[in-house]
Amino acid sequence: MSISGKTAIVGVAESDEIGKVPDKPAIMLHAEAARSALAEAGLTKDDVDGLFTAGISTTELGEYMGIEPRVTDTTAVGGSSFVIHIAHAATAIATGRCEVALVTHGESGRSRVGMARPAIGPDSLRGQFEAPYGLPQPVGAYAMACTRHMHEYGTTKEQLAEIAVATRKWAMLNPKAYMRDEITIQDVLESRQITYPFNLLDCCLVTDAGGAYVMTSMERAKDLKQVPIAVLGVGEGHDHAMISQMPSYTSFAAKQSGKTAFEMAGVTHADLDLAMIYDSFTYTVLLSLEELGFCAKGEGGDFVSNQRTAPGGEFPMNTNGGGLSYTHSGMYGMFAIIEGVRQLRHDYADQGIRQVKDAKLAVVHGTGGVLSSAGTTILGRA
Amino acid sequence: MADYKKPLPTPDPVTQPFWDSLKAHEMKIQRCNDTGKYFFYPRGMSPFTLSDNISWEPVTGKGTLHAFTIVYNQRAPGFSEEVPYVVAMIDLEEGARMMTNLIDVQPDPEHVKIGMPVEIVYEDATDEITLPKFRPA
Repeated sequence: MSISGKTAIVGVAESDEIGKVPDKPAIMLHAEAARSALAEAGLTKDDVDGLFTAGISTTELGEYMGIEPRVTDTTAVGGSSFVIHIAHAATAIATGRCEVALVTHGESGRSRVGMARPAIGPDSLRGQFEAPYGLPQPVGAYAMACTRHMHEYGTTKEQLAEIAVATRKWAMLNPKAYMRDEITIQDVLESRQITYPFNLLDCCLVTDAGGAYVMTSMERAKDLKQVPIAVLGVGEGHDHAMISQMPSYTSFAAKQSGKTAFEMAGVTHADLDLAMIYDSFTYTVLLSLEELGFCAKGEGGDFVSNQRTAPGGEFPMNTNGGGLSYTHSGMYGMFAIIEGVRQLRHDYADQGIRQVKDAKLAVVHGTGGVLSSAGTTILGRA
Repeated sequence: MADYKKPLPTPDPVTQPFWDSLKAHEMKIQRCNDTGKYFFYPRGMSPFTLSDNISWEPVTGKGTLHAFTIVYNQRAPGFSEEVPYVVAMIDLEEGARMMTNLIDVQPDPEHVKIGMPVEIVYEDATDEITLPKFRPA
């Protein structure tokens, strides 16, 4: 049985404030976003019978919000988790195991209020085989993988910078974006060196933010308040945990998750109106575009050149300003979904080029860990 | 050596022979005897076949640079004094790949070149722990 088109996203929201939110613990950012997403859908917490999250346990979230689900899923594989939750929720709803799924995210990434502090024990695998060498995580991991792409395909720092510059142009159109000053390629290349080949502007923000979405069956979605956005295709996977174990630095699980999602949806790349591609670092985007099949292997640099992904460009991408310029609390995937849904609902119809014209189909792609995990979803306006 | 500030590994029962081999300055890693392929990090079974048919084998300590990064910004104790430094992935001659620091090289992309030949340097961090570092060969 295919789950394609059987379920829809019916409500999305950020927490009441995003950016610097020093007075709210992480779990409250989850709950605020959840409350708003349910209200937008025209549902209440008592309608929720499927609960999904990452970063904290669904038991903690359920306790905080007074929700007792019959489907529970704390799949936590990094920032892609919330994209993968779409797949799990769609499956649970389509098979009748639950009817209304609530998926939440919240991190006090900047203020560090109410955040778990995962320790890397000296006898863990990372403690033994990575920690002694001082690789800053996760930025150094992505940087190291990127040097291999530069070596194999001649990808340049200028090409990577194209992504940061185009994404900033989208952020300039989004009042909620954290960084809204125009930047040039030169600005990126001259920003502070972090870890070669990345400069500061190749790297995502670190913010406080929550986000949530609500899913239900397409049948029930039609009676709710928002234009339902159908889940047409999903895919997920992973191929390592530590960067030192990544089989190839120029390929990752997105190749498989993307293929699976496109095939399930029965659409081609040319059919898509916009792409929301997880942008923890500029290289994350470039590699994802190749792995998802938008261009041939090694041609990611050419693909993003000449500001192709900027407002008004041929390939609208990361139209909220992305993790690079809008918000990045730590596990950004949730915000890519929220923006994809809003574009497909035409929420920005009165905001000029902020709205991708007549948007009907979007790909939302999440990357987690250190290029470890991938989740891809194709969403469509019915 | 008591003032070594950087994180040090605590060996576990499966990885102990690796750390022992470094202490002896004769690095050994594991080989899957079903496939003949070497693997790293140490595991209790072959990651290729899940078989117990594995053995510890000495390696030459020679390899090539697979990928690297130059760390300019690191506040952690022990590392902050050393920036910029190179974190590297080495393809060992025998086929496995490991993370290390590339030392005795200018931390500059003009001098650190993917594909360059490298060789192991045994760095005795404490009386108990020796780390495998690499330098240009």
